Amino acid sequence: MDFELTYRRFSERSILVEWPQEINEDILEDMLFYKNSILNFSNKSIVQVNNAYCSMLIIYELTIDNLNDEFLSLKRHYLKRNITKKLRSKLFKIPVCYDDEFGLDLKVISEGKKIAISELIRQHTEPIYTVFFIGFLPGFLYLGGLNKGLHFPRKKSPRLQIKKGAVAIGGEQTGIYPNESPGGWNIIGNSPVDLFLPKKKEPCFAKPGDKIKFTPISRTEYQSIVLQIEQGVYAIESEVIDG
Amino acid sequence: MVEVLKTGLYDTIQDLGRLGSQEFGVPISGVMDRYSAALANSILGNPSNAAVIESVVMGPHLKFKSNTVICVSGAEMNLTLNAKRLKTNVMYPVNTGDVLKFNKLSKGCRSYLAVFGGFQTEVQMGSRSMYKDVTRNYILNTGDVISILDSSETKIVSKRRNSKLFSSIKRDESHFEASELEVFRGPEFENLDSRQQNKLFNTAFLISKESNRMAYQFDQNIENSLKGMITSVVLPGTVQLTPSGKLIVLMRDCQITGGYPRILQLTENAVNKMAQKISGSNITFKGVI
Repeated sequence: MDFELTYRRFSERSILVEWPQEINEDILEDMLFYKNSILNFSNKSIVQVNNAYCSMLIIYELTIDNLNDEFLSLKRHYLKRNITKKLRSKLFKIPVCYDDEFGLDLKVISEGKKIAISELIRQHTEPIYTVFFIGFLPGFLYLGGLNKGLHFPRKKSPRLQIKKGAVAIGGEQTGIYPNESPGGWNIIGNSPVDLFLPKKKEPCFAKPGDKIKFTPISRTEYQSIVLQIEQGVYAIESEVIDG
Repeated sequence: MVEVLKTGLYDTIQDLGRLGSQEFGVPISGVMDRYSAALANSILGNPSNAAVIESVVMGPHLKFKSNTVICVSGAEMNLTLNAKRLKTNVMYPVNTGDVLKFNKLSKGCRSYLAVFGGFQTEVQMGSRSMYKDVTRNYILNTGDVISILDSSETKIVSKRRNSKLFSSIKRDESHFEASELEVFRGPEFENLDSRQQNKLFNTAFLISKESNRMAYQFDQNIENSLKGMITSVVLPGTVQLTPSGKLIVLMRDCQITGGYPRILQLTENAVNKMAQKISGSNITFKGVI
């Protein structure tokens, strides 16, 4: 399926491509095919392609001299995108400890939603989430697929310091804080895994299009994973999904 | 080596940033005013990506532990080298033991100190630009010792120390004085009504105190009832409008995505000019094309 895309100049050195403004996986997939087509076949003048939910920014090394020529060349890349081959993605199982010690806002959500904490954890660990893009903080995964029953408004005033690894719900989204940071989301647990390691060639284990499932772990398992990470023997459980 | 004797308000090591790492959610970062940093580097004959020290409003005191050549460009902070006055945009030889002091600010906002070959700090994800959780430190601290090339290690330095070849380049002073910033209309500009659009181009915006490497803000608001949007891409220079009417001009350390309507986009040059504006000064927006 071809989407109707709009192209516009964003700055001297960038072009914005927009899909219909909605969040869904068909758009994400189409966008990733297009992104690959650009990155694999365009000349060196394109230095970076950033995507969000339904928009993509193409950044050039130098000022774009002839905008219409560039639009045309990008449209050709769209037609050349390889939609017959399925995107190879991975499913990662992320351990999360929903212990009271970590889940600072479990009670607030449980009372606000009138559901038991155990049910809240069940609903949070049930879905397979999709990574749409990484933003907000280095290594912060924007995940689609949060159960509607868990949508919960952000805090009125953000906390000044949220612990590294905090798993949280903000509005219709859920995510993990990759490092200590201020933040306004409701914290329900903590994951011991590293989401951002700048020294590694691939600083984030997941990329747009990958899938995430949260696995509940006890306080003892949490501690054991922390030790394994310190010793460099821990690997996140993952499997390849071939479309 | 260069030792930080006393830090200024906010001193960081910066180069041209890490364009190419945004897919991991990492900001581009890099020098706020590329024009001034490039000037300092080019006067020394450095590559444009050589790392410099960026200082804001109040600069540091530094002690050199190697012979080198230096050049400071950008904001005027009444420089002294061992109590002798130095000019900006001029190459000076510096000897081991010399103390460089940035003093009272008299023009602009951000200054750039370049040394021969650039500061040799850690490279993370292709850049030396300091950023929290990417580099070990995100700001320079008193007592830090920063590596630089030593003139005894390279013939080029000693040659350049005696050369007038790269001595100075004429600077465009309108870079600091012009209050008009050129902008493109942003993707959500058309959602503003004509009264709001007029206000945007006819208001002298006063820069507020909450302005930093991530964003600049203003004291005036643009009342609006723009619809929220699905989180989309942004760049340094993107001007966002919040539901409460605040304008946010994203700068070099900005996040890579944002959910507020993007009503304007500063040109590359306008981002550089913005970086030299201090809180309390005025700017106006002027549309291009």
